[in-house]
Amino acid sequence: MTKNITLNLISGRTIQQGVAIESGKEKPSYRTACGIIEMDNADLKALGAWKNTNVRVTSDHGSVIVKAIEATQGPHPGVAFIPMGPWANSIVDPNTYSTGMPTFKGTPVKIEVTINEPILLGIELVQIQCGVKVG
Amino acid sequence: MTKTITDVICPFCGTLCDDIEVVVSDDGKQLLEVYNACVIGSEKFLHSQAKDRVTKPRMRQDDGTWKDVSYDEAADYTAQMLAKAKKPLMYGWSSTNCEAQSVGNEIAEISRACCDNTAAVCHGTTLIAVQDIGLPTCTLGEVKNRADRIIFWGCNPAHAHPRHMSRYSIFPRGFFTGKGQMSRKMIVIDPRVTDTAKMADVHLQIEQGKDYELLNALRVAFKGEWLPDVVAGIPKEKIREAADMMKSGRFGIIFFGMGVTQSLSKNHNIDIAIAVTKDLNEYTKFSIMPMRGHYNVTGSGEVFAWQFGFPYSIDLTRGFARYNPGDTSSIDLLVRGEVDAMFTIGSDPGAHFPISAVKPIANMPSVCIDPHLTPTSGVSKLHVPVAFNGVETGGNCYRMDNVPIDCRKVVEPPAGMLTDEQFLVMVRDRLKKLKGAA
Amino acid sequence: MSEYIIKNGSVFDPVQGIKGDKKDIAIKDGKIADKVSSAAKVIDASGKTVMAGAVEIHAHIAGPKVNLGRIYRPEDKLFSCTPTKGMERMGGGASIPTTFKTGYEYAKMGYTTAMEAAMPPMFAKHVHEEIRDTPIIDEGAFPVFGNNWFVLEYLKNHEIENTAAYIAWLLRVTKGYAVKVVNPGGTEAWAWGLNCLSVNDPVPYFDITPAEIVKGLIEANEYLGLPHSVHIHPNNLGNPGCYETTLDTLRLAEGMKAKNKFGRESVMHLTHTQFHSYKGTNWGDFESGAKEITDYVNQNKNITIDTGNVTLDETTTMTADGPFEHHLTGLNHLKWANCDVELETCAGVVPYIYSPNISVCAIQWAIGLEIPLMMKDPMRCYITTDHPNAGPFTRYPRVIKWLMSKKARDTQINAFKHKDKVLSQTSIGSLDKELSLYELAQMTRAGPAKTLGLGHMCGGLKPGMDADVAVYNFNPDKPVANPDDIETAFSRCAHVFKSGVEVVKHGEIVGTGHKRTLWVNVKVNDNPQVMRDINEKFIKYYSMTQANYEALGHHFVPNPYALEVDATHV
Repeated sequence: MTKNITLNLISGRTIQQGVAIESGKEKPSYRTACGIIEMDNADLKALGAWKNTNVRVTSDHGSVIVKAIEATQGPHPGVAFIPMGPWANSIVDPNTYSTGMPTFKGTPVKIEVTINEPILLGIELVQIQCGVKVG
Repeated sequence: MTKTITDVICPFCGTLCDDIEVVVSDDGKQLLEVYNACVIGSEKFLHSQAKDRVTKPRMRQDDGTWKDVSYDEAADYTAQMLAKAKKPLMYGWSSTNCEAQSVGNEIAEISRACCDNTAAVCHGTTLIAVQDIGLPTCTLGEVKNRADRIIFWGCNPAHAHPRHMSRYSIFPRGFFTGKGQMSRKMIVIDPRVTDTAKMADVHLQIEQGKDYELLNALRVAFKGEWLPDVVAGIPKEKIREAADMMKSGRFGIIFFGMGVTQSLSKNHNIDIAIAVTKDLNEYTKFSIMPMRGHYNVTGSGEVFAWQFGFPYSIDLTRGFARYNPGDTSSIDLLVRGEVDAMFTIGSDPGAHFPISAVKPIANMPSVCIDPHLTPTSGVSKLHVPVAFNGVETGGNCYRMDNVPIDCRKVVEPPAGMLTDEQFLVMVRDRLKKLKGAA
Repeated sequence: MSEYIIKNGSVFDPVQGIKGDKKDIAIKDGKIADKVSSAAKVIDASGKTVMAGAVEIHAHIAGPKVNLGRIYRPEDKLFSCTPTKGMERMGGGASIPTTFKTGYEYAKMGYTTAMEAAMPPMFAKHVHEEIRDTPIIDEGAFPVFGNNWFVLEYLKNHEIENTAAYIAWLLRVTKGYAVKVVNPGGTEAWAWGLNCLSVNDPVPYFDITPAEIVKGLIEANEYLGLPHSVHIHPNNLGNPGCYETTLDTLRLAEGMKAKNKFGRESVMHLTHTQFHSYKGTNWGDFESGAKEITDYVNQNKNITIDTGNVTLDETTTMTADGPFEHHLTGLNHLKWANCDVELETCAGVVPYIYSPNISVCAIQWAIGLEIPLMMKDPMRCYITTDHPNAGPFTRYPRVIKWLMSKKARDTQINAFKHKDKVLSQTSIGSLDKELSLYELAQMTRAGPAKTLGLGHMCGGLKPGMDADVAVYNFNPDKPVANPDDIETAFSRCAHVFKSGVEVVKHGEIVGTGHKRTLWVNVKVNDNPQVMRDINEKFIKYYSMTQANYEALGHHFVPNPYALEVDATHV
């Protein structure tokens, strides 16, 4: 069994995310900016993962492959951060509790190392999950 | 020879900087350089010049390929889709101008659509809270001229609103704040040590999702009453220090963002943040302001409100406007499978909605009006690229403090491309014929 | 353009002194005409009342604080939504209706011109977008000046010429109509959480008093010769005993004379007088000061007023008097919104319920009616509800009923829970006067038009004036059986014409007319100092650039009508 840890996921903007969405969501730079999970050093250690390792992040609402990187705005042990975008939105809690607002911050997630799984491009990631046939 | 255009408005975030300078080619067709803008704003202006940009509407074929179509065909498809649908959702509006929003509202009224803007996933809960308890606020120039206490709660302007601190909140020297940053105390509340938090006089590294508890503790601290030793991960001494700092200012403001609107307590977080602001007005002058994301999400709410009476999450299916977030809000409508056609403009729900709300879009007639390629255009049946608002066409927009600023056109769009408003007028006129409206 | 002739109606027109005579009104090319061709469409108005289109001198119907009201009060839409219908766009809202509904409701009651009473200059674009989306009625907007830093700095040194040059500039860039003053100095003080409650309270930092601000603005207004006078909401609104502050404010106009080419005679318009006519020292001994105020105004012909009638409804208060709204939320504990605007002004919004079961509300109702009944010259007193502050404008027919019928007033007085208090604290019970239709036309047409400097265009039925005409299902020759018939008649017109276009027929919208935005274009001599001061303020203190400040372009003011003023004479 692979080792995994459970963290509290939040998402949000980063300046790299802002630049990437303006320079083209079809480009690899979008994936570089947002197909990541920022984790505290302590949590990386607990997971037994090196920095810049691909990981699978799974919640009750879905699962996605992203690259685990060291927190840029830490320390924040116990909290993981994926910049807002389709990677985060593949796993956040969509429940609005009748407010109209999904619960984008505070989704419990399980993280496991998956070195060989590829990280999809942004548009591709959504199309595949939606079953869109692409020619 | 090149021309420099001054006082250009940046169409990226709610800070709506209006001091951008742009260098364009002599024939006005090429945008060459951008000054004063942040790195995101510069990218927005420059990327409009990309050579690989899509300039013609495209329909998704059965085999999955795109086929170029004319704007006329695109307008026909859109009008017919809206005419046929029982409950179309017209979502977005936050990255276009108020004139386009106005035409869109006419279309929504004729087709009895549900209308919503990106407040749905951003400050919708703020609007609910404001409806509960009100909102003491001010314009950003008041902050620049008077504020000596700045609180950033669950927001990270260093990343999301990069020029906010230099233009309005932390660094500028205003009329009564001649020493700039030296005249101000800065408090940041965030579960991470954000780049904003690193600049603060006081950073309260709150336990994620415990905002309501900490705000409540502040209200207790203002009154000097008993507090537990630790609230939301913050020792009571630190809470009292922050409370005293807030009370002792002459003019303070709380800026807040997604950290409070999207956490579990949602509108209740904002309710109590506004209550904190009201409390502080018993001691000094205090305001509170949502850090609006898209450059014209505020304008969309304004236009919705003066035309339909509500700022977002509006259902026109009964022939008059109804409003009930949770029932008439985009995410809920999509997840419950109530929508039978999707019209997206000036936003990207494909990227920014939870995936379970995106999946239904791929399985219904859908139009995405957007100059960019996005996950939304990627799952829509029709993609209509348009001129960049604020770059290739002007039009009115509202800053995060509700101040209206008229965007400027600085370059010509590629030949033959329409603006949002022009395309919407085509759709409206066709829809009127289909529906036999006056 | 179509020709019309409105035949055999009972015409009431103070401009020509017509008091109910049976007369035909001819319409041609958008104007009232002497005669029309035989092709003219005939409107049979026999047994009906014919008046000019009514003129609203003070209402909050467009702009940021109105829309804040709409945004933060979804409950205001409950039971007040109107579906798409024929030419009508859908609408909603009772005290703060959507723009479309606002235009339709005014038109259906026979109103063809309305003034937005407080425009924050920085938000002029917003105000004009809403005006653009308010169909049918001509509208203008008053930018607020009483707490503007330029004005405070110039008037501290009594620099009238510079103040005037700044006013001219601001009216031009905001497409504004008149000089509005709200709680002079007090709103600037509110930026620090303070207030100015008398005309002599110094404004923090700026070292000037409200009295100096008001006097200086009147001088500048007359120096320019603007169509409208200074339009003032004095200090200390809404507090027991405030009538003394009101009198102090009115006295500032003593000895001043109107100078303009528009036929305006007043130099100061006191708005929503009801809110400024309170005696007593607290809410317990609260009483009417209507007599003191109207006595003074009756004697001073250079002052005009409007009423600010309380209509006993749930409504939404909104004003640039920021400290007042904060005070109000402390009284009623309903949700408080406030927005301070850099260098210029502020606005506050609080819902309010004028309950007939609360003695203060009932006394306010009485004061609002005492004022017009005590005014000797109806050409100087105009009916308003300070919409939506004392009640929604859609209640004008009810206010008219109360003014035209003592019986209707008595019915209401008898329905009050604290009837005795109303009778002891006011003189409403002893006022027998019932307004005539001629006086009504003075108070809602000819009077406000004259004071706005629009007397040559609207408010009357003289040939050559704009063909704004309202025909009411009200027969002045028959006794009124039931006062409620008055309210019904004035609620929905039989016909309304706006600039010669039929816009209302049998109470329904049949046309959207040629809606105009009225503004005042003042030419002044070049004033390099003021231009330099403006430039400096934008560079140093505004949060937007000067080049982006002006409301310019078709999408803000698609159909402008400028009143031209030449003030280069001096």
